[in-house]
Amino acid sequence: MSGDKLTDIPVIRERGQNSMFCGLTGIIWLHRKIQDAFFLIVGSRTCAHLMQSAAGVMIFAEPRFGTAIIEERDLAGLADANEELDRVVARLLERRPDIRMLFLVGSCPSEVIKLDLERAASRLSQQHQPQVRVLSYSGSGLETSFTQGEDTCLAALVPELPQAPADSAPDLLVVGTLADVVEDQFMRLFNDMGITRVQFLPARNSREMPAVGPNTRYILAQPFLADTARCLEKRGATRIAAPFPLGEEGTTRWLKAVADTFGVAGDLFDRVTAPGIERARRGMVRMREQLAGKRLFMLPDSQLEIPLARFLHREAGMELLEIGTPHLHRQHLAEELALLPEGTTLSEGQHLDKQLDRCRAARPDVVVCGLGLANPLEAEGITTKWSIELVFTPIQGYDQAADLAELFARPLLRKAKLRV
Amino acid sequence: MQLTVWTYEGPPHVGAMRVATGMEGLHYVIHAPQGDTYADLLFTMIERRNKRPPVTYTTFKGRDLGQDTAELFMEAAREACERFKPQAMLVSSSCTAELIQDDPGGLAKGLGLPVPAIPLELSSYQRKENWGASETFYQVVRGLAGPHAPAPGTERPSRPEGQRPRCNILGPTALGFRHRDDIQEITRLLNSLGIDVHVTAPMGATPMDIARLGEADFNVVLYPEIAATAAKWLERMFKQPFTKVVPIGVGATREFIAEVAALAGVDPAPALEDGDSRLPWYSRSVDSNYLTGKRVFIFGDATHAVAAARVATEEFGFTVVGLGTYSREFAREVREAAKQYGIEPLITDDYLEVEAQVAELHPELVLGTQMERHIAKRLGVACAVISAPVHVQDFPARYAPQMGFGGANVLFDTWVHPLMMGLEEHLLGMFREDFEFHAEAGPSHLGASAPAETRPVGAAQAATSPAAATVELEPEATPTDGEPVWSPDAEKELRKIPFFVRGKARRNTERFAKERGSVVSKSTPCTMPRHTSVGDTCRPRPHACPALIRMDGPRG
Repeated sequence: MSGDKLTDIPVIRERGQNSMFCGLTGIIWLHRKIQDAFFLIVGSRTCAHLMQSAAGVMIFAEPRFGTAIIEERDLAGLADANEELDRVVARLLERRPDIRMLFLVGSCPSEVIKLDLERAASRLSQQHQPQVRVLSYSGSGLETSFTQGEDTCLAALVPELPQAPADSAPDLLVVGTLADVVEDQFMRLFNDMGITRVQFLPARNSREMPAVGPNTRYILAQPFLADTARCLEKRGATRIAAPFPLGEEGTTRWLKAVADTFGVAGDLFDRVTAPGIERARRGMVRMREQLAGKRLFMLPDSQLEIPLARFLHREAGMELLEIGTPHLHRQHLAEELALLPEGTTLSEGQHLDKQLDRCRAARPDVVVCGLGLANPLEAEGITTKWSIELVFTPIQGYDQAADLAELFARPLLRKAKLRV
Repeated sequence: MQLTVWTYEGPPHVGAMRVATGMEGLHYVIHAPQGDTYADLLFTMIERRNKRPPVTYTTFKGRDLGQDTAELFMEAAREACERFKPQAMLVSSSCTAELIQDDPGGLAKGLGLPVPAIPLELSSYQRKENWGASETFYQVVRGLAGPHAPAPGTERPSRPEGQRPRCNILGPTALGFRHRDDIQEITRLLNSLGIDVHVTAPMGATPMDIARLGEADFNVVLYPEIAATAAKWLERMFKQPFTKVVPIGVGATREFIAEVAALAGVDPAPALEDGDSRLPWYSRSVDSNYLTGKRVFIFGDATHAVAAARVATEEFGFTVVGLGTYSREFAREVREAAKQYGIEPLITDDYLEVEAQVAELHPELVLGTQMERHIAKRLGVACAVISAPVHVQDFPARYAPQMGFGGANVLFDTWVHPLMMGLEEHLLGMFREDFEFHAEAGPSHLGASAPAETRPVGAAQAATSPAAATVELEPEATPTDGEPVWSPDAEKELRKIPFFVRGKARRNTERFAKERGSVVSKSTPCTMPRHTSVGDTCRPRPHACPALIRMDGPRG
């Protein structure tokens, strides 16, 4: 087991200023995935401003999220704040009658003043049932960083999922938001292997959320789902351990873990996956030419860093300098860590200035970092790949392997092209 | 609680960041939870700055709350001071830190830092971004220039013989709408008058520069939202008068020149003659005839909105039908301006209210912020941006001031561009069936953009729903919910009106029908007197009227 190996890998644990998003940003992709849900942040003007800045131009399209901005008078007394919240929710549901699921999303201010959103959610659920179900979770910077917002959201959803009958055949549950196209590809692969009872969490619609029970076998499609996994286990579901489906190798191992769990014959598995493996490898040839030997430094952002580094090293031939992650979940990442090369430096948490010092000293060929740092580093002559794009692009599965590699090759190619 | 999707302004600490990031040699330590670093993106992405903002965040987390967050702040402040070696520091709380009450100002004082640490009280739950910038700039000026102020009652010494007059330019910040080029334009204009710019602040100034502000003869306030408070203080302390005219538009620039020349005691003539603005001629050339009386809705910060209203009426010949601002601090100025145009001002930070008013007024052009762009897109109205908040495309690479004569040229091009060009407008009035150039296709010089038909969001919904379109509507059918229902024939007639005035025609027709409690049918518009507001709308475009007149003609 790789737990031993982890102790061999030096992990820099740091505290200090970090430059990560808070969990509220998860709403930007979650509201597109769950099409009849609305995300109401209970927070300050800062939260609203964050969403507007992070969502960029997308906010134009009458998005299914908004902010109930806490004002001076709400801070005066809590009972008052609850009444205010009821009023805002009523007005919102009136304006958007198509909404079936409402998430009250906690923020730093709402948590510091200890506004009980869980209670508010159950109160509002009663008021607005059966049309609208109201749930709550925290997306605050105090509790969550970036993709953890999806974790807390799904974890809030799990207790609400229908109970799967105890005597049914085992179900497969794929957990974590995937692009629709990726979901469809995986569904096809599973079906071809004869696994037909497959469901995804979150579903595309609040009324079609999967059932869960002791016969549920779940596999994580994303590495940042610690709480969700815990909640699923509480409902009796069992995790299928696997590396994450990034790149040809990751995808094959991920699918293989499922195939083994469901007793899929080896030759059937090979037959089903062979075309995908072939396509992914072919696509990677050109990418490898551009990336092999290039030195990679990753700043913490989404918890996708370790699986990405594994892919970029093993399939694209990149050299790993320091791989930063906001949180290192040993158990969920055990299979990934086992695949990392000897001598990789891992860091958990961040002290931004010190990490930037290390980064500059290491003179990497590509730095993966957030948008707050990308342009300043470029101006210093360091090529960057901004990390948020990795969360908004279909990157999982065979057919996306080369696309994923290209995301890292593009800035290098551009740098070579420009003559100004 | 206030339900928001959009916010015109960020929280006040973002205003403080704009001041700090605009300046050099100043570092800002903000007590804020993890995640508030998102604000860095505004500067590195939207404004495309090549340096990190000079801001250190404590980024505390939930687990820190049980312990000593004050210690966390002190550590961050100490480290920032050591690493960045600023000439001065700003310290404050963000909205969350305001709730935990660690008092960054007091803590910073206790650290015994080698440089002045200016504490900011930003009231995040009451105030917003511009106020934050204004308050920060005021505190910076007070804190750094204050020690150099003469004793109260001291007269300002007169300028030594032979020395050129000097002024400060106050107000430009990071993330300001066209601040970069406005500074250049106004500096050049001042130089042409023989006036030197002593310090420009906050943008580009160091704390040392701020300390020297009092040496100038007077102040030029370009952005009152940010600099008025500081300028008033400087006037009190240093007896420096400051300018009141914001030089946006040709007329305002001329007035500004006169004002500045009087303050400096110089001859305004050279700068006036130099006036290299092409706007007056472009606007007088016959090509611009069709701009006359175009109905325009204006919204933005108070300074840009008021300036735009004047330029629109006096320099473009537009009719201002709506004027508003989200800057509550400057509501009075906007109210006064609105009075001149005989309209009710809209003072709000709720973009839904703005949207409702745009839908109601049916302007042909919206001059606003990034949000009005969205509203205009939804309603199919032409739009140009005149004020923050703006997105990345309004921090252009090219020289694009709003102020001075150069700025007036930019205004002319920017505002006219989204409107349909004259010939196309005429041809559309004559031939409506063209497969390529039809009303719904939008101005052809704008390529792919296709404005939808202008119609009120709520009321006309019934008319656009499939049900209303397919059901045969008899003229004697009773209107539902008191809302007029359009018969298919009437709809067809309505479509003959060019799209940019169609919304207004639709509304007036509906009002007419409603007053009579009847259904809108082909015969409705014909009974409308020619001198109603539909006629008014049409007057500059006589081709728009025949469609209405013909309704009771041989075609009916």
